[in-house]
Amino acid sequence: MELSSHIKTALADRDRKILLMTHIVLGYPSLETNRQVIEQMVANGVDLIEMQIPFSEPMADGPVIVKANQEAIEHGITVRACLDFAREMTAAHPIPFLFMTYYNILFKFGVEKFFREAQEIGIKGFIIPDLPPEEGEEFFALSSEYDIAPILIFAPTSTPERMRELTRYSRGFVYCAARKGVTGRQTDFDEGFNAYLRTCRANTDLPLAVGFGISSREDVDYLTGKADIAVIGTRTIRLVEEQGAAAVGPFIAGLR
Amino acid sequence: MNKANKPGYYGEWGGAFIPEVLYQTFCELNDAFRQAKADPAFWQQYVSLMGTYSCRPTPLTHAENLSRHFGGAQIYIKREDLNHTGAHKANNVMGQGLLVKRMGKTRVIAETGAGQHGVATATMAAKFGFACTIYMGEEDVQRQRPNVFWMEKLGATVVPVTSGSKTLKDAINEAFRDWVTRMDDTHYVMGTVCGPHPFPEMVAWFQSIIGREACGQIKQQFGRQPSRVYACVGGGSNAMGIFQGFLDNPAVELVGVEAGGKGLDSGMHASRLAARDGSAGVAQGYKTMFLQNSDGQMMDTHSVAAGLDYVGVSPILADLWQQKRVRFAAATDAEVMAALDLTMKKEGIIPALESAHAFVQAFKEAGEMGPDEAIIINMSGRGDKDIFTIAHAFDDPSWKEFIRKKGIAYGA
Ligand SMILES: Cc1ncc(COP(=O)(O)O)c(C=O)c1O
Repeated sequence: MELSSHIKTALADRDRKILLMTHIVLGYPSLETNRQVIEQMVANGVDLIEMQIPFSEPMADGPVIVKANQEAIEHGITVRACLDFAREMTAAHPIPFLFMTYYNILFKFGVEKFFREAQEIGIKGFIIPDLPPEEGEEFFALSSEYDIAPILIFAPTSTPERMRELTRYSRGFVYCAARKGVTGRQTDFDEGFNAYLRTCRANTDLPLAVGFGISSREDVDYLTGKADIAVIGTRTIRLVEEQGAAAVGPFIAGLR
Repeated sequence: MNKANKPGYYGEWGGAFIPEVLYQTFCELNDAFRQAKADPAFWQQYVSLMGTYSCRPTPLTHAENLSRHFGGAQIYIKREDLNHTGAHKANNVMGQGLLVKRMGKTRVIAETGAGQHGVATATMAAKFGFACTIYMGEEDVQRQRPNVFWMEKLGATVVPVTSGSKTLKDAINEAFRDWVTRMDDTHYVMGTVCGPHPFPEMVAWFQSIIGREACGQIKQQFGRQPSRVYACVGGGSNAMGIFQGFLDNPAVELVGVEAGGKGLDSGMHASRLAARDGSAGVAQGYKTMFLQNSDGQMMDTHSVAAGLDYVGVSPILADLWQQKRVRFAAATDAEVMAALDLTMKKEGIIPALESAHAFVQAFKEAGEMGPDEAIIINMSGRGDKDIFTIAHAFDDPSWKEFIRKKGIAYGA
């Protein structure tokens, strides 16, 4: 099923007021741990999972995810191993999986080859934070051809005109970065944030995912009714670091 | 795909691979830069600032002893070491400082490798009254300690970067992470002709002052244009600076010298173009030839010169390399020390370790050329900052004794 209809169905059918998307850094701390974490996430109701293929220069990420990228690479993770692991996950779990990575990973692999293989695997969308529409001619053409949703990012600095422009390229949903800066820090849910989300809503028909600094049930509650998907990134990576994979299930179960 | 007509592209290289949060910032930066570039008064203001606050025009020195020593071409040295703060980096930084004033921002950040760009930025910030934070790889903090001291004394905050390879590329990533958080009041003073558009064009424009001067100076002193021009290439800003004075003249051969580290076969170098190890990639906001593995992960680079120890290279130079307009060579760490030694003894001039790379290649070729020919070496900076590294490489006994005594005096 196409990603946006999947999201709309999930929001309607299961009577969930907000969906959860989680973020995994592949190979950190190991694929085996990733496997356990994903199983717990799916068992406890996570609706979508974005799997980050590590890159040595994760410019848009904060310290926790930077370290995860770096250590995964030091421990020998390869793009090949990520793709094989993704194949296993999409076969094992019924929810949509997305790839998040930086453009060089696709570029070096061969952009079309990457799309072809991702389609075979059953990946539903790509999030590439360093690929603006201006540089993505080939990427966006291929995403239509291979039916993989390009997920574009809105930022608090995006003007309404820019949001409408980005919407023309985005499919599935739009990822709204909750604040300026990189991943990992807390976000203040203040009136400025609410106004930003209203601007996002007014300038796209796509479902809205909100990420950056979402870490608790209170955060998810706050977003309910304002956004369609809450994205939990750094928080679960930290949780696994501190308490191991087994802590993820109860944490996810307590979010909604 | 033909990107020739896309702004910010040089052949297939360049572009602006930036996160959305910076889109608006880049729109504003592009506008401000366009306006400044189109305004002759702005360039005048820049030249006048460089003539009063720095030492422009910098001299072109005829290295008579070295010329005689090699018995070939007349060797001329463009003295960017005589800039205020001791390197060509000041050109770019003062130019961007004027732009920051036009944009009304109050804080500047920068990456630095050798620390020269950091010192220049801290200096500019002090003069113009900007707050200043410098990101520097932890490894470079260690090997360029004198510059860290000066940056701090000039009022800048120096942040050692501990992620990745702890060198220049990691400092660039960290500077971007700062910028995406504080773009409203902050300008990122990119130190070289790399990164997303418009930085390569902007930095090349400010650095073109080197080539403009050198072109006139050689004509005046030697009567003709040089046969060859040599410059070291880290990101490529000093090279682009001097090359632009001669690009239009196909008779002038342009030679870029990269860091050969422990040798091109050792895997421990930073030669993106002279070695066969580089390949096309997209990172740090732009497309160029990178030293990366088959997965696209950037590799560790090595050079005795922190300022050349970088995985990428200017998209403008990648294009000129592809067009065969610029020839690329590499100098090893060992060759660099020998060239440095010779230059000090023969001319009383102390090049920076980075600049000494250009001297190596010029010395290899000067003897094969005729005395009626001239070559120019761009001496991008002075070697004072490298005192610890150079003393260590020469294994200098009296220096070691001095450090030991200082250590004891500080109770180490
Ligand atoms: C003295 C000196 N020369 C050269 C370089 C290399 O930079 P670029 O290739 O941009 O000139 C540096 C960089 O730090 C430097 O300090």
